Amino acid sequence: MSTLTTNYLTPTGREEAWRFTPLKRLGGLHDGTFKLATRNSLALAGSAPAGVSFERIGRELVPAESITDDVIVGRIHEAATEVNVLKIAANTELAEPIALHRLAGGLTDAELSRVQIRIGANAKATLIIENTGDHLIAEDIEIICEPGSNLTVVSLQEWDSKTIHAGRQHAIVDKDATFKSIIVTVGGDVVRILPTVEFKGQGASVELLGVYFATAGQFFEHRMFVDHLVPNAKSRVNYKGALAGQDAHTVWIGDVFIRAAAEGTDTYELNRNLLLSDGARADSVPNLEIETGEIVGAGHASTTGRFDDEQLFYLMSRGIAVEDARRLVVRGFFNEIVSEIGNAEIQDRLMTRIDQELEKAGAQ
Amino acid sequence: MSTLEIRGLKVSVDTENGPVEILKGVDLTIKSGETHAIMGPNGSGKSTLAYSIAGHPKYQITGGTVTLDGVDLLDMTVDERARAGLFLAMQYPVEVPGVSVSNFLRTAATALRGEAPKLRTWVGEVKSAMAALSMDPSFAERNVNEGFSGGEKKRHEIMQLELLKPKIAILDETDSGLDVDALRIVSEGVVRAKEANDLGVLLITHYTRILRYIKPDFVHVFADGRIVEEGGPELAEKLEANGYAEYVSK
Repeated sequence: MSTLTTNYLTPTGREEAWRFTPLKRLGGLHDGTFKLATRNSLALAGSAPAGVSFERIGRELVPAESITDDVIVGRIHEAATEVNVLKIAANTELAEPIALHRLAGGLTDAELSRVQIRIGANAKATLIIENTGDHLIAEDIEIICEPGSNLTVVSLQEWDSKTIHAGRQHAIVDKDATFKSIIVTVGGDVVRILPTVEFKGQGASVELLGVYFATAGQFFEHRMFVDHLVPNAKSRVNYKGALAGQDAHTVWIGDVFIRAAAEGTDTYELNRNLLLSDGARADSVPNLEIETGEIVGAGHASTTGRFDDEQLFYLMSRGIAVEDARRLVVRGFFNEIVSEIGNAEIQDRLMTRIDQELEKAGAQ
Repeated sequence: MSTLEIRGLKVSVDTENGPVEILKGVDLTIKSGETHAIMGPNGSGKSTLAYSIAGHPKYQITGGTVTLDGVDLLDMTVDERARAGLFLAMQYPVEVPGVSVSNFLRTAATALRGEAPKLRTWVGEVKSAMAALSMDPSFAERNVNEGFSGGEKKRHEIMQLELLKPKIAILDETDSGLDVDALRIVSEGVVRAKEANDLGVLLITHYTRILRYIKPDFVHVFADGRIVEEGGPELAEKLEANGYAEYVSK
């Protein structure tokens, strides 16, 4: 893959966007030294409901709708000759979520996957992407929300322990559309996701939610960019993470840009981290850039802390053993966001996974 | 019949200027069915006594003993003390985000009873405990103490007292921040718990008004980290009339 024209973008690690990422553990995705795989591991679970299509289409028919300065996303756009295209027709209302899942992957060669999701005007749907297994994968998902649509995308990174996953989930949100993203990262060796938003029409509303739990040696990075280009759009960001174990490392970057034209913007971003042991590191960097004062509101908050002794004391003073008290507190911490998924089976599975991560941490 | 016995209890807290002794030798015995009121001015160490007995990590025990039915409480973890039969109703109950009252109560009952309560009877138990304290059923689905008013927090504490059935309860300024109606409702809950379980009560308060509803058998005046005077209910009336001035100046 060394002939790619994106090679000039190969990061050294000194760049702002790459300063936290362990480049040596990216499987060559950043510098093009990987071997390109031919597989396509993304598949629709079950059959497509009425109004929904999922097809693999040559890239000449599916041009990218967004630009990027991320080298890995650039490499995906260059390398992927076909695109997985999910379309939800205008005015379709789906009662049940659509689910995409992973077929067999591999770690010796890299899958560079392009996905485009398009929800038509006034349609309403939930999409769940279940990422499992061991993969070396770079994936760019463009999510195009047409006027008046309402889309929730739940992206579950329940990868096995050797996975290297880098990519972007880029939403283009048109007039009066509502987009909600829930990104859950609990598995993998290195996961680096860019949840990005580009407001295209007024009156649009976006929620970016996420939870992550990194244990010993895992690196999880979530780097938002919300671009308020147009007036009267609303964005909310809320990410919660827990870390436990030696060299568990998470990065949350929240870049929000309110351009001069974006009067009436309403934005708030929040990141909370729970450090459950020594030796773990959480980086949290909110960043607001504001070019107009004519806004409804703009704010951010970031906290990183340990277990609240007063909470543990309260629970234990009711007879609850310390391990159970910790489990309650951690479940409660994540519950605010996990409960937003709206699927009891997945929520239970994630809470059980969180219990297991905590137990692993306790054993250290 | 249970007995909580406090002997020569000395407690310090760490400050920037080193440890400071708050309790300077407290002796007190509370038996099942008895109600002891501890009254005293702000800063006299009343709450320190409550939290030290419950095992809050902030407080260092530097001397003395606390036993429940002859068993050393100070050697136990916080949860072990609760399982031994001790309950602390807190002045400032702590918010636990994302944990519902119903989940919290069931987890606590499971821990205290050694097995999960049968779901059918448990739901009824919680409902009637809430109804007895004039709490709306939707309360059970709220997160523990999150967004509760002062009155709701205290009702929630006393509901736990009734549900969890301890042997000895320490009520730390349960009357603070309550209006007249809430004070009556909460006090009736304490009296019910006493009658139902032969509960021994250590009632910490500034004011005598709660003692109109919860009649003390013994009144102890607390000042400067120790008990300075003891008597019957008539001592509370004297305090009501004269205040704490004579004890503070000592």
